[in-house]
Amino acid sequence: MSESDASLTIALAGQPNVGKSTIFNILTGLNQHVGNWPGKTVEQKTGLYTRDGQVIRLVDLPGTYSLTANSEEERIARDFLLREKPDLVVAIVNAAALERNLYLVAELLSMPVRVVVGVNMMDVAGQAGIHVETHVLQAALGVPVLPLVASRNKGVSELLDAALRLMKNPDDFAPNRPEIRAEHRPVLAEIRSLLSGKIPLYPEDWTAIKLLEGDTEITEMVRQSAPQAWERIHALLKQHEDAYLDVAGGRYEWVGRMLRAAMVKPKPGAISLTDRLDKIATHPFWGLGLLLSIFGLIFWLTYTAAMPVVIWLDTQIIPFLAASMRWALAPAPAWLTSLLVDGLIAGAGAVLALLPVLVIFFAVLGLLEDVGYLARSAYIMDRFMHWMGLHGRSFLPLCIGFGCNVPGCMAARIVEEPRARLLTILLMPLVPCTGRMAVIAFLAPAFFGKNAASVTWGMVAGDILMLLLIGIAINRGVLRGARSAFIMEMPLYHLPNARTIGLYVWHNTWAFVKKAGTIILLASATVWLLAYLPGGEVEGSLLARFGRWLEPAGRWLGLGDWRLIVALLSSFVAKENVIATLGVLYGSEANLGLAEQVARTLTPAAALAFLVVLITFIPCAATVAAMKQETGAWKWPAFSVGLLLVISFGVAVIVYQLARVMGWGV
Amino acid sequence: MRLRSKCKNLEEFNPSQPGHTPLSSLKPGERGVVVGLLGGRGLMCRMVSLGFTPGTEVTLLQNYGRGPLLVTVRDTRVALGRGEALKVLVEAL
Repeated sequence: MSESDASLTIALAGQPNVGKSTIFNILTGLNQHVGNWPGKTVEQKTGLYTRDGQVIRLVDLPGTYSLTANSEEERIARDFLLREKPDLVVAIVNAAALERNLYLVAELLSMPVRVVVGVNMMDVAGQAGIHVETHVLQAALGVPVLPLVASRNKGVSELLDAALRLMKNPDDFAPNRPEIRAEHRPVLAEIRSLLSGKIPLYPEDWTAIKLLEGDTEITEMVRQSAPQAWERIHALLKQHEDAYLDVAGGRYEWVGRMLRAAMVKPKPGAISLTDRLDKIATHPFWGLGLLLSIFGLIFWLTYTAAMPVVIWLDTQIIPFLAASMRWALAPAPAWLTSLLVDGLIAGAGAVLALLPVLVIFFAVLGLLEDVGYLARSAYIMDRFMHWMGLHGRSFLPLCIGFGCNVPGCMAARIVEEPRARLLTILLMPLVPCTGRMAVIAFLAPAFFGKNAASVTWGMVAGDILMLLLIGIAINRGVLRGARSAFIMEMPLYHLPNARTIGLYVWHNTWAFVKKAGTIILLASATVWLLAYLPGGEVEGSLLARFGRWLEPAGRWLGLGDWRLIVALLSSFVAKENVIATLGVLYGSEANLGLAEQVARTLTPAAALAFLVVLITFIPCAATVAAMKQETGAWKWPAFSVGLLLVISFGVAVIVYQLARVMGWGV
Repeated sequence: MRLRSKCKNLEEFNPSQPGHTPLSSLKPGERGVVVGLLGGRGLMCRMVSLGFTPGTEVTLLQNYGRGPLLVTVRDTRVALGRGEALKVLVEAL
């Protein structure tokens, strides 16, 4: 089954936080393709759905509050509707915030598309005392309106039935379209007649309204396509500059009329569950405490629940795989065995062993997102993000960066303003990802014994402090500019949906698996080659020579051993590679774990410096690629690599020298 | 920093009509009706699509005098930066 088999295209439209993705996931399952809209850094999800032998192509439009060209997402959504002309649009609205959600429906109904409305979260609204009569709303709107509880897969199939019925009988579509307020109707009619026949690609009614709204993109389009009419239109628009708020106000009045009989609201003053939870979750003091505890819990859970599995994979399964491979390859040449076993299994395998950590991390983060808590964390962190010229929204991608910096960079797309998005991406490599944390969790106990936990927490705290300082510096120095607006919807709390969380985990870990299968695999082979040539011995290899050449610089921070320097450099491939590289370079000594072997060669001061340089070192190759992709230029990842090279080396030297002064140098 | 000082001026901004105050001057639990939106078109568009149009009732949920605010508008909870809340003029109810 492929996209070319699809005979119909349905677009899913809706505002953010309406459960649109849940519905998309129910319909398409894993039969979906996640990519980018052509030429844009906005995620595009398409999928196939089969009903009665008919293959339907589903396109999930970006979640937008309106269809004015305010953001990339809004432009994409409306361009798709105008240019690709889907057979039908399914508009998903949230029953708990119908008034605002129908604003988008009002905009959709002004476009030349057929619309079916699904009223989702009927259960959440019911708990908040809001009751929606969908058949009354259907009668008012003149389009099919169906109730949904998508989180429990209720009503989704009926919604699709209604959509297919409408596609079979397109003449049944007789919507009640919103009209502009009476005082602006004459000017609208005049603009419309001026446009007549001049803009073949755009619906004239809709274009006239967008002109009155002052839509910059449409204004520019008309100026170029209809130059003769432009002068008169421009003069009319000048006279009616106030029309913008009236057009929007008119839509809300229309929404009010549609809803008058269809919705019962709770009595004013009723206290909802969300009110009660937010008393704590958004309190400047208790909310911060809650946020820190939740994060502490995530780390604790991730590392206590997942680390044993990782260590088991590392010490039992990977050696078993390596031994089996050696046995199976006994007749093969020695170099091939070495490449597959020491290079690929030890390198990429060690990285894949981190998957349990990532799965648990993203499952918890997905849960917090799905119940509605993550938006609160953005609200709580807003004041701190201000120090760096950012606002609360940037906290969310940084949060994801704790799992893996690669999806973190991609998640920075939710920050609307380009300058703030760029700064968020530049700060991403300073967020300690699971890869770095795994290396530290692996080495710290051998280095510091019973102080390992406090050293680890100190590392994380120091790293975040550094992120803050660098953020302030970049904001003041490199990327000056005014902070953009912080406006963010706080969704009602609701029960989580396992499928939504499952797919969240899947998409975020898949990015990581792909990276392990491509970049890391290739890089592991390269590291192996450098450690094998020219003589097949690590000691005399090219890698060792390069490491020895860097030894004088390493001595500044107590790392006079070329093997540590090489391990550090290999973290460019992937942070977690440090363990694998150390494994290759230190070889195996009986009765002594790898971490203990490394610990024996280091003084406490040097061990501390090693961890510091490790946690702040340059972004890994996959992150560099993601930074390039998201910023559209090589100069920003290059800037980041240069900056972090200086910072990690500088800070590690300071830490080492201070620790020596304090007597930890022996 | 520059932005904050600009906001200070706005706080002292003397609205043309008595009884009109910035949304950020409401206390938790107080309600107001939106009478105007200051600021550029981009900000105005975003505010409007979230439901802040003249004539709309807004309830202030949380305002600690600094940092962002929480309000309810058209059955939706919205977090607003203080700078943004200064640009929404309301008539207190």
